[in-house]
Amino acid sequence: MDVDAWLAAALADAEARGLPELKPLLETLARSTQALRDADAEFGHPAGVGAQKDNDSDPTAEPRP
Amino acid sequence: MTPAALPDLATAASAVERRELSPVELVKGCLDRVAARSAALNAFIAVFDREATAQAKRAESEIQNGRYRGPLHGIPISVKDLVDVAGALTTSGSAVPPRNPTHDAPVVAHLRRAGAIIIGKTNLHEFAFGTTSEDSAYGPVRHPIDPSRSAGGSSGGAAVAIVEGMCFGSIGTDTGGSVRIPSAACGITGLKGTLGEVSCEGVVPLSETLDHVGPLTRTVTDAALLWHAMMGRPPRPPQPAESLWISTPRRYFFDVLDDDVRELMAETIRRLQKAGHTVEDVAVAHVERIADVYLHISLSEAAWYHAPLLAQYADRYTPPVRLRLEMGRYIQAEDYVRAMHARSVLRTAVDRALEGADALLLPALAIAAPPIGAASVAVGDTRHPVRALMLRLTQLFNITGHPAIALPMGIGRDGLPRGLQLVGHRGATDRLLEVARAVERQITGGAGSVGGGTG
Repeated sequence: MDVDAWLAAALADAEARGLPELKPLLETLARSTQALRDADAEFGHPAGVGAQKDNDSDPTAEPRP
Repeated sequence: MTPAALPDLATAASAVERRELSPVELVKGCLDRVAARSAALNAFIAVFDREATAQAKRAESEIQNGRYRGPLHGIPISVKDLVDVAGALTTSGSAVPPRNPTHDAPVVAHLRRAGAIIIGKTNLHEFAFGTTSEDSAYGPVRHPIDPSRSAGGSSGGAAVAIVEGMCFGSIGTDTGGSVRIPSAACGITGLKGTLGEVSCEGVVPLSETLDHVGPLTRTVTDAALLWHAMMGRPPRPPQPAESLWISTPRRYFFDVLDDDVRELMAETIRRLQKAGHTVEDVAVAHVERIADVYLHISLSEAAWYHAPLLAQYADRYTPPVRLRLEMGRYIQAEDYVRAMHARSVLRTAVDRALEGADALLLPALAIAAPPIGAASVAVGDTRHPVRALMLRLTQLFNITGHPAIALPMGIGRDGLPRGLQLVGHRGATDRLLEVARAVERQITGGAGSVGGGTG
């Protein structure tokens, strides 16, 4: 299920359960979930959606002896 | 020597060993402090006056008869009310029906075998699911210096108990920073070891793969003594490490800090360099995704534990905690697994940042203790949600499992403490304590807490 469809279903369920206060929390969660999915390549998803971005070298850091 | 004059656990232990001070006097001194201050600060949920006094008399007798067990013998300790103590309810700071344990959690049993005296159970953010200790069925834990402010959380009562001299060591739990955040907010020392080192059995879980149990104390030496005892090892103090190589991960971890945290961090680094230690910058990869990874793991696991309780007692939770738990029930399995995969990548990223270094040095908390009830706080010109800001610098090391310790680094212009954090190599918590001992010596001269307590 994509995030937009998930959010719509979650909001409808929360409303039906009498928890409309969940709306802003679920919207925040949806943004976080989308960000996590968008990072599949960065985290080296094993299905090969993209090479892991290895950016742990800080160009501003002094080299270690 | 009176209990109130003792600066830390190690000094109290030394006085007890030399028979200059009786455990009975020590426990009475602490119980007097609880009676004087706990109601105003909501530090304790339960106090074991009679049991603690009886245990102190037994300890006194054992020591007089030459059966001294070591530095925790006769020392008053508190336990966060998320951890089982036989015969006492485990309320988790909630109105949800408590656990009624018949056995001590292993961590408590180890402490008792070392001779520690459990004087009571401390208040917390409900089910440890918050960073301010203000959502509790037993009232908000209040900051010892400014009671209109939070003591940090979720182990807020544990931190207040140390600052106020109500005990000489507190046992807390840390799922995203819940030992280190209140330690930084209150100006004391708080340690979580490597993931899995200290047993979480008999502890109400928040997020089973992120949960740690750790000590809150006045000094690094005290933290080491408790940490060893919590695992059933003979307590021993750490020797300060020499010629340190410290790495500071500035990107992300130094981006959002209040002016006092920034200046005190700079001063700490200057002092370390002046003392001959090396401090260099380093980057940690993937830091922009830390909060997303943490959110999906912690919410999913918390929702799993609480699902049956929510089905029966939803209206007994505080509304903010209930809503966060309900949010977790909507996370899809695919995204939980995605976060767990990212977790292993983050673990490697921190390992790499630590290569060649003794420890990472970064702030423990970006701000001072926030006002109770505040949903957001300003840092510079921008307002930030309190919860996200308080977790920002600590949660990564619950994800990766690296040992981390918060130390007081000074007082801001507002009169409130600020804290730094040191992160060590996985499986090398002893070495981290040696590093922390050396850093502590540069900040306080080894005097420990700057929390301003009167105990």
